[in-house]
Amino acid sequence: MNEWQITTVISQFRHSTSARSLSLALSEPFQGLPGQHLDIRLTAEDGYSTARTYSLSDVREPRVVEVTVERADDGEVSPYLVDVVEVGEPLEITRPHGGWFTWEPTDTAPVQLIAGGSGLAPLMAMLRSREIAAPAVPFNLVYSFRSPDRMLFADDLRQLAERRRLPIHLAFTRSAPDDDARGARRLDAAELAAVTMPPDRDPAVYICGPNRFVEFCAAAMLTAGHDPRRVRTERFG
Amino acid sequence: MAIVNRGFVGRRDRDAGRLPPGQYRTFDFPVLSAEPTPSVGLEKWSLAVQSAQHRIHKWSWSQFQELPHEEIVTDIHCVTRWSKFETRWRGVSFDTIIAELPWPAEPYVMAHCHGGYTTNLALTDLVGGRGWVADSYDGEPLPAEHGGPARLLVPHLYFWKSAKWVCRLRFMSSDTPGFWESNGYHMHGDPWTEQRYS
Repeated sequence: MNEWQITTVISQFRHSTSARSLSLALSEPFQGLPGQHLDIRLTAEDGYSTARTYSLSDVREPRVVEVTVERADDGEVSPYLVDVVEVGEPLEITRPHGGWFTWEPTDTAPVQLIAGGSGLAPLMAMLRSREIAAPAVPFNLVYSFRSPDRMLFADDLRQLAERRRLPIHLAFTRSAPDDDARGARRLDAAELAAVTMPPDRDPAVYICGPNRFVEFCAAAMLTAGHDPRRVRTERFG
Repeated sequence: MAIVNRGFVGRRDRDAGRLPPGQYRTFDFPVLSAEPTPSVGLEKWSLAVQSAQHRIHKWSWSQFQELPHEEIVTDIHCVTRWSKFETRWRGVSFDTIIAELPWPAEPYVMAHCHGGYTTNLALTDLVGGRGWVADSYDGEPLPAEHGGPARLLVPHLYFWKSAKWVCRLRFMSSDTPGFWESNGYHMHGDPWTEQRYS
């Protein structure tokens, strides 16, 4: 039922002290959709094994996928993926799953992305696929996270912004850079409505992050006038 | 096929013997929903049961409250691999619901929910004290984010089958996929045989 395959970690990128991306070379190629997730299984020497689900942050290549993992407090698998596994070592994964929180490059509707913390990962897969497969589709990103040192994909986002490929609204919740006039505070509904695409553009809205964050943003987007059928959510914690 | 992840020890403190394969135990109650949480007022709430011949039987909230409720204490298992032990619910069993119907039940049910979610179930998975419409969790009215006012509770199947915000139970003569079942997930969803994906 779960076709596990053995992959090899071929590169790693550390975003912060608590988050890392791993690129995995597949032994059995597949084409994932942006937004999908897969399961990673770890096995100890005595045969004990356990698995968790992680979003794919890059699905552009059929032979290599990337996952982005934030270490969970009290986590069993994420500390190993963030701090222990090394390039060259194996990881067992399933094929990608989930056919709802996905974006298809053939869809020409504008896309509003709203990320909380490591909820950026599946949205990053959408951004990256859009750049190669549907560059004319308008995207907009709101990214809320704790503090500058916790930012994921800082270089990628800076480049997208510099090349005017993506309007980005960063919302720091605990501490902000000195030159950020907004300061550090939680997103509120008025701010979210002001920085996202208006409902009359009928964007597909993807919201991913911790449950409280997603719950708040989804309700705020409905209040702002977005059609509930256009709002897709993925939550963790 | 088996590999060993060098340096991985794992936790052994979480009653692995009670877990279906591939699951881990959580002490939280994660929320998984594909869409925004709908808000459903009790004065407008109803539960409709629809036969394959389009006959309708309906309970208002107050009528539903008068149906005999049962206390259920059960482990639950999410396809995203968490399991939670000894969750405590109150609800009306499908045995009671079906006994109230003025027509015979057909072999499959599509649960329809506020917000548009659907999931398909076989009647055999619902009767015999295995399925409920639950309206209370842990001694309190069921919170909206966990499916309140009322949700299905079918704890021997993966928890996506326990549809939140249920409003209509449509009987069918044959099995038809619901929302996740049309999006890559298994038609039946037995956690003990890992019926996760189609």
